[in-house]
Amino acid sequence: MTQRTIITAILFTVASITATSSAMARDSIEVVGSSTVYPFSTVVAERYGRASGKPTPKIESTGSGGGMKLFCSGVGTNYPDITNSSRRMKASEYKLCQSNGVKEIIEVQIGYDGIVIANSIKVAPMKLTRKDIFLALAAQVPGEKEGELVDNPYSTWKQVNASLPNTAIEVLGPPPTSGTRDAFAELAMEGGCKKIAWIAALKKKDKSAYKAICHTVREDGRYIEAGENDNLIVQKLEANPAALGVFGFSFLDQNADKVQGSQIESVEPTFESIADKSYPVSRPLFFYVKKAHVGVVPGIQGFLNEFASEKAWGEEGYLAEKGMIPLPDAERKVMAANTRNLVPMTGKEALK
Amino acid sequence: MSKSVDNLEKIRKSLSRRNRAEKRFRFYGVTAVLIGLAAVMLLFTDIVSKGHGAFRIAYLQLDITYDQDLIGIDNLTDPQQLALGNWQAMPKVSLRNQFPDVSGRKDKRSLYGLVSNGAGFDLKDRLLENPLLLGDSETLWVLADDDIDTYYKSWLDGEPYDARLTAKQVAWIHELHDQGKIRLQFNSNLFTRGDSREPEQAGIRGAVMGSLLTLILTLLLSFPIGVSAAIYLEEFAPKNAWTDFIEVNINNLAAVPSIIFGLLGLAIFINFFHVPRSVPIVGGLVLTLMTLPTIIITSRAAIKSVPPSIREAALGMGASKYQMVLHHVLPLALPGMLTGAIIGMAQALGESAPLLMIGMVAFIVDIPGGFSDPATVLPVQIFLWADSPERAFIEKTSAAIMVLLSFLIIMNTSAVWLRKRLERRW
Repeated sequence: MTQRTIITAILFTVASITATSSAMARDSIEVVGSSTVYPFSTVVAERYGRASGKPTPKIESTGSGGGMKLFCSGVGTNYPDITNSSRRMKASEYKLCQSNGVKEIIEVQIGYDGIVIANSIKVAPMKLTRKDIFLALAAQVPGEKEGELVDNPYSTWKQVNASLPNTAIEVLGPPPTSGTRDAFAELAMEGGCKKIAWIAALKKKDKSAYKAICHTVREDGRYIEAGENDNLIVQKLEANPAALGVFGFSFLDQNADKVQGSQIESVEPTFESIADKSYPVSRPLFFYVKKAHVGVVPGIQGFLNEFASEKAWGEEGYLAEKGMIPLPDAERKVMAANTRNLVPMTGKEALK
Repeated sequence: MSKSVDNLEKIRKSLSRRNRAEKRFRFYGVTAVLIGLAAVMLLFTDIVSKGHGAFRIAYLQLDITYDQDLIGIDNLTDPQQLALGNWQAMPKVSLRNQFPDVSGRKDKRSLYGLVSNGAGFDLKDRLLENPLLLGDSETLWVLADDDIDTYYKSWLDGEPYDARLTAKQVAWIHELHDQGKIRLQFNSNLFTRGDSREPEQAGIRGAVMGSLLTLILTLLLSFPIGVSAAIYLEEFAPKNAWTDFIEVNINNLAAVPSIIFGLLGLAIFINFFHVPRSVPIVGGLVLTLMTLPTIIITSRAAIKSVPPSIREAALGMGASKYQMVLHHVLPLALPGMLTGAIIGMAQALGESAPLLMIGMVAFIVDIPGGFSDPATVLPVQIFLWADSPERAFIEKTSAAIMVLLSFLIIMNTSAVWLRKRLERRW
């Protein structure tokens, strides 16, 4: 008797689980994507949920690439509605989306994020150029002759540039899986790499070789992969004043009593310098919406309106308070109108 | 004669050497235990010293007027009005009355920054509970912003951290402090609310509920399956190459990194069976896969420890094999199995890696009410908070670790207690 009850109970549990899971319409929005956009997206979701009284959107931090893959897998409630990205959608991803039936995609640029190279406030701030960064961190650097590459011989900053202090090169930064690392390689390292004439000329002839030179970070222990946790990097910088760290601007903003941003081409990373683009290492932040889901999953339109409102992404909005750098006024207005009217991408954008 | 004296002499000499060896060995043992204890103490003191602050949080005393025109509502039952109401205006106006000489846009903004931006919604909830308050005013303690909280606590500790505040805000806090209008209160939000991006409003209730739901499902599935598998393998299965092969595989599975189970869950449950992401159902299924080997192995050990004489006696009295197992072996082995199940559950409670793959590492504000609501679990909440830029999340992280650790300690203590209580020696 008792055994029978137990067995029935188990069968019932299993059956009810399969039943509930197979026929389930979603009533909350699903967002995936970049860990850089995550802190901003979550704030908007929470505000939207509390103000509207509707279910709060669920936000997963999967990284930009992982988010695109999930997003482009198909249309229907089994797939996410929105993906965040700390770079623009790639042409290959757009194609993947199209081939899986995700035809109409709304692209929304929300603002900018700066990448800072910081050190402990116990020592003087560094004054770097992008070329210094490239020479200090690339796996291979130009040798004596033109066109020659040698394994990076530099061990102190002074060897890289005589005006820099005589301390050992030690940089803590994100691992290759991180969008921050991609952006750092593209904006800081490639930015410096281009300054060397023969490498810049190589770009036209052999793009992949050019990229390999400019984006490959040295692996001899001078660049230390510190995981995705930027708080950890801040802690380590505090303990080791000789080291530099690479992370997002919002962490610098929150820890101004512990770390300071290095000047790059004599521009300090501040809210203003990133907004007016005079600080060279900054990147745009995006999210992408499936138009087919608007109206099917309740609340998407409301969430978009909250995101595209002045009180959220405006110059004095709450996202700015969280460390996001807003778009310029004119661009923001156009973007807000596009978002509200659900204008999809045409497929003619210059995607990389 | 002389030879035996020699031997005695040798033994006497070696005795002191052997004693020394034993003493050394004991010393090594004690040192090992002490090193372990020191590490645990270090961990605990670090976590407690960082996290104890999170159990108290700063509140501001404000005179709140539930002004209909200010909020922009006249009917508390109209959801449209409630959604559009300007709730945050109430604490804002109150702050302006408190500091009447503040003018200018920038200064006003930093003045409004003193209270949590969720304070208006808290007042809305209070008003909905007591509709008669509409139009009235009262003096209330209102949640302060996390930057204010961090500053106030650090200032009380003698190391003020004011990098996130303006000089005026610091002056206002001191003025409030002198008037007794700012104080630290028990942080009930931590236990009654779900996750939030505003540290002062963030709580672990959602994560605790998610852990609970996931574990209930894990226990419901893995215990019966694990015990049945163990009974079959121990008592009924023939001993041949096949069962050896199965045994090797079970032991192997117990050592497989947990992330692999996450990948498996992603492939089978989500991609094939279309179970939604991020729900306790899929979490419970994945953790079931993960804890099954542990439960099977401990259950088999418990069955093995039942002396054969009991089996033989039962069979000798004419019981069938089925009766022998169900009536005699299983009850005697159950305490061991339960201990194994509790240890398996404790493991599952502390797991976060496999949940990464199935979408349970997510920002979820609403508290899950059932197995099919999106949920997250305690270790994941710790991970998410540890990764947040806001300074106030550091102490929240440690507080959540303290809660998780106390659950684990309770579970492991009960496992030890159960074993002591029910264990039988033959």
